[in-house]
Amino acid sequence: MFANKVLGIAGAGTGTATAAMCTLEKRGNFFLLTLTGDNEHRLNPTLISSLRSALAEAKAQSVPGSALITTAQGKFFSNGFDLKWAEAGGSASANHARLHHMGDLFKLVLADLLSLPMPTIAAVTGHAAAAGLMLAMSHDYVLMRRDRGVLYMSELDIGLIIPDYFMALIRSKVSSASAQRCLVLQASKVKGQEAVKMGVVDSAHDSGEQAMEAAVRLGEQLGKRNWNGEVYKEIRKAMCPEICSLLGLSNKGIVLSRL
Amino acid sequence: MCTLEKRGNIFYLTLTGDDEHRLNPTLISSIRSALAEAGSQSVPGSVLITTAQGKFFSNGFDLKWAQKAGSDSMARLEHMVELFKPVVADLISLPMPTIAAVTGHAAAAGFILAMSHDYVLMRRDRGVMYMSELDIGMTLPDYFTALIRSKIGSDSARRGLVLRAAKIKAEEAVEMGIVDSAHDNGEEAVEAAVRLGEQLSKRKWDGAVYGELRKSLHPETCGVLGLVNKEVLPSRL
Repeated sequence: MFANKVLGIAGAGTGTATAAMCTLEKRGNFFLLTLTGDNEHRLNPTLISSLRSALAEAKAQSVPGSALITTAQGKFFSNGFDLKWAEAGGSASANHARLHHMGDLFKLVLADLLSLPMPTIAAVTGHAAAAGLMLAMSHDYVLMRRDRGVLYMSELDIGLIIPDYFMALIRSKVSSASAQRCLVLQASKVKGQEAVKMGVVDSAHDSGEQAMEAAVRLGEQLGKRNWNGEVYKEIRKAMCPEICSLLGLSNKGIVLSRL
Repeated sequence: MCTLEKRGNIFYLTLTGDDEHRLNPTLISSIRSALAEAGSQSVPGSVLITTAQGKFFSNGFDLKWAQKAGSDSMARLEHMVELFKPVVADLISLPMPTIAAVTGHAAAAGFILAMSHDYVLMRRDRGVMYMSELDIGMTLPDYFTALIRSKIGSDSARRGLVLRAAKIKAEEAVEMGIVDSAHDNGEEAVEAAVRLGEQLSKRKWDGAVYGELRKSLHPETCGVLGLVNKEVLPSRL
């Protein structure tokens, strides 16, 4: 039997006790990061801070063979930045500042994921929009359910510019120009099957449970290779130099001493 | 040499006359004026459709005009290359979706004119896409190659286009990922362009945002064209 240990992740401190917005559990060789609760998992400073703590914990406990699976409860994987919170700033300039603040904090989450010393898998069990889609796409593998949920770059419909590092991620992960146009310039709502055709997602599964099971199987397969996490992460970063540069990530060469 | 009409939300840019619509300084200047006019009148829901009368969409730069200058012909050619660059830049920045209804041959700079649009629809019964430069003995300006690399993902398609100077009909162009759809004749291509335009128009996108997003999909081309990204503050915040 594998240990199913919940590693406590505290919400960002405002002094009052906040319900955990995400949990990190260890199951066998992999870490399961879950965005908890049946809500939109809006990426506000609190959730972002929880995610960063979880990723730091996974990184600290990483060993050869580790893997990360990220998923979410409820109808949404994540519906993007917390625009309601941004709109409550009190003035236009305060509102813009709040939006920029979430963007700056979120860059750190993406940097954490791209530097995580283990393979990463997103099991997209609900809608993933805007920054929520970027969260999914910054994983090495993206698995999705085909029966429900859409991928959606909502910015054009809302009237928001897409940040440069989002565009760099899209351009590095979505190779076809027409798929990029479909996502960005048509703000299409893309279901699982089509997402596979567009090359945005690796595979589509009949239900949320099946997507998770496939993620676990993939995590176990990858784990068996017992890769050195530092080497894995450097090679991953080398494959997406533009976004790494925008996120302030540098590269280093490693040769393991056993050679 | 070209007209701009507005019908509902859609701007129609038409290269007029039954000639080759050679991109000489006069036509280039007309096109720029038309694009500036459309851009200045842009509202949420605006769309541009570009098409041409006659057998040609455009057969490229006016090489005859260049040759008339004798020893100065290279200078005239370079002049057209430089003048046309802002046309491509204007289209890549245009604050509305753009559709090219290719109702005739599109060669060299004429092909680039079509490809500078977001959507390219073509008739299948007549007309070819043709990068003629290799056959003529000319290299490609930097902004041509940047645009081709940015819009055409397949390495073998790019090779067919520029390194074999293939004359590509609509069906093949669709397979190669150069053109979005092929239609039975010129009228159908234009009608399909209008239907697509109306669908896109219904989304009522903010033109400034649309233009910036389009630019961010083609960073290398924008770099070569000297286009920078602008911050557009979200109006809802």
